[in-house]
Amino acid sequence: MLLEAHGLCVTRGGEALLREVDLVVHAREIVTIIGPNGAGKSTLLAALLGLIPLSGGRVTRRAGLVMGHVPQRLRVDAVLPLTVARFIALSAPDAAAPMAILERLGCDHLLHRPMHALSGGEMQRVLLTRALSRNPDLLVLDEPAQGLDLTGEEQLHAFMDELRRDKGMAILLVSHNLHFVMAGANRVICLNRHVCCSGSPTAVRATPEFQLLFGDKIPAVGFYQHHHDHCHTPRGVVREV
Amino acid sequence: MEDFMVRALLSGIGIALATGPLGVFVVWRRMAYFGDALSHASLLGVALGLITGVNMNVAIALVCLTVALLVTWMQSRPELPTDAALGIFSHGALALGLIATALTDGVRVDLMAYLFGDVLAAGWSDVAWIWTGAGLVGVVIHRYWNDWVNATVHEGLAQLDGVAVVRMRLMFMLLTALVTAAALKVVGALLITALLVIPAAAARPLASTPEGMAAGAILIGTASTLFGLMASYRWDLPSGPAIVLIACGWFGVTLAASKGRNLFRSSSAPVHRTPRPTAAPECDGNSR
Repeated sequence: MLLEAHGLCVTRGGEALLREVDLVVHAREIVTIIGPNGAGKSTLLAALLGLIPLSGGRVTRRAGLVMGHVPQRLRVDAVLPLTVARFIALSAPDAAAPMAILERLGCDHLLHRPMHALSGGEMQRVLLTRALSRNPDLLVLDEPAQGLDLTGEEQLHAFMDELRRDKGMAILLVSHNLHFVMAGANRVICLNRHVCCSGSPTAVRATPEFQLLFGDKIPAVGFYQHHHDHCHTPRGVVREV
Repeated sequence: MEDFMVRALLSGIGIALATGPLGVFVVWRRMAYFGDALSHASLLGVALGLITGVNMNVAIALVCLTVALLVTWMQSRPELPTDAALGIFSHGALALGLIATALTDGVRVDLMAYLFGDVLAAGWSDVAWIWTGAGLVGVVIHRYWNDWVNATVHEGLAQLDGVAVVRMRLMFMLLTALVTAAALKVVGALLITALLVIPAAAARPLASTPEGMAAGAILIGTASTLFGLMASYRWDLPSGPAIVLIACGWFGVTLAASKGRNLFRSSSAPVHRTPRPTAAPECDGNSR
């Protein structure tokens, strides 16, 4: 067990944002949290990370657990002169590991770019690099695919799989991406201020809560497959395949 | 050089050394209004000092520190935005200070000296007070620099890195309060925020790292103080406004310099064209 929440409650201004949430994350596990807007998904992540006080219940983390986090949003003001390299070094002063991750994500060319000039997709990759740079046991991602194009999403899936397989990393993420939910996750938690249902993707898929969230969209997703004779790196360079 | 001028220069440079690195955080964290709130509140310190006979610097520092603590406490409560909390505490303290001075018989206050500063009248005790404050700022900022920058970018991420973000925020507020109290003598309540904001803003166009911006702010602040005091001495100008005006001048200069540099860059940079594909791409669907 890496992280366990028991009876977790968060109240703000008299309003219960989360009620009696139980949740366990084990090593080598990808757990996906789904739920409508205002369901308390980001609040749950913040509570599990220990960033906000609980009003009830408890969160137990394995001793010495290192957590990496990609927040939902990060806006760096142009008035702060901060390069990507420096941003990553704030968390991990040793520059070798992050460099390899940036290269793996095809983003090493961003290293000396100012943070405020990054596009949404570039920012996601940089945030992921920083989250990974301290070699965490548990990676906590809040909608990691936002701002990524389809290639980027695919790349992220593959990368997450690789992290779990090769490094034994556990990943806890909030996502609305059906692919993540159905194919990538070991366990899906359907949240709406409390845990509506949880289980394997196929088990959760059959529940009314899931149908309500995604139901009308499932048939609409068709898979149009075609083949390209080249691909583009994130830098835009054409590469033959 | 005359004695009072030496003391004035030492006071001014000490303040510039402290407001430079603090000012960049004020600008990054969008807390310019915090400086204003503190300077308003500092006038309550002046009143308290006059009434109780406590050392004026100590009284001002105590009031500023109290306001900083109250504001930090209010920041943790979501129902009131920070700027509104600042408005309440600073103007409440200012009003209290004005009433207290009005009710005190037999005390003639030269409010102008506190509103606009009177660095040429600074004594050796003021110099010692300012340099103690500047030294404290230097030590704390040097020790926690990375943590402060980290927390400025994103408090949640910094906390995961082990930074005690609430304590860092409190330290920043208290140091700013202390420096505000010390700077009251030099530029006066109305212009203290200028010393925090303008050198930092003027340093931004030239800086590519957080450290560079802080160093630039120190340099520009010091240069503004030197030239401002010299101009004040030479042409008998009020010293605080002279310092601030010269800082504004630096802001214009660095802004123009960076604009000029960008202009030069874009006009001399070669136009980048996408290479044309050598052969027409084949598309299976249309080939027949």
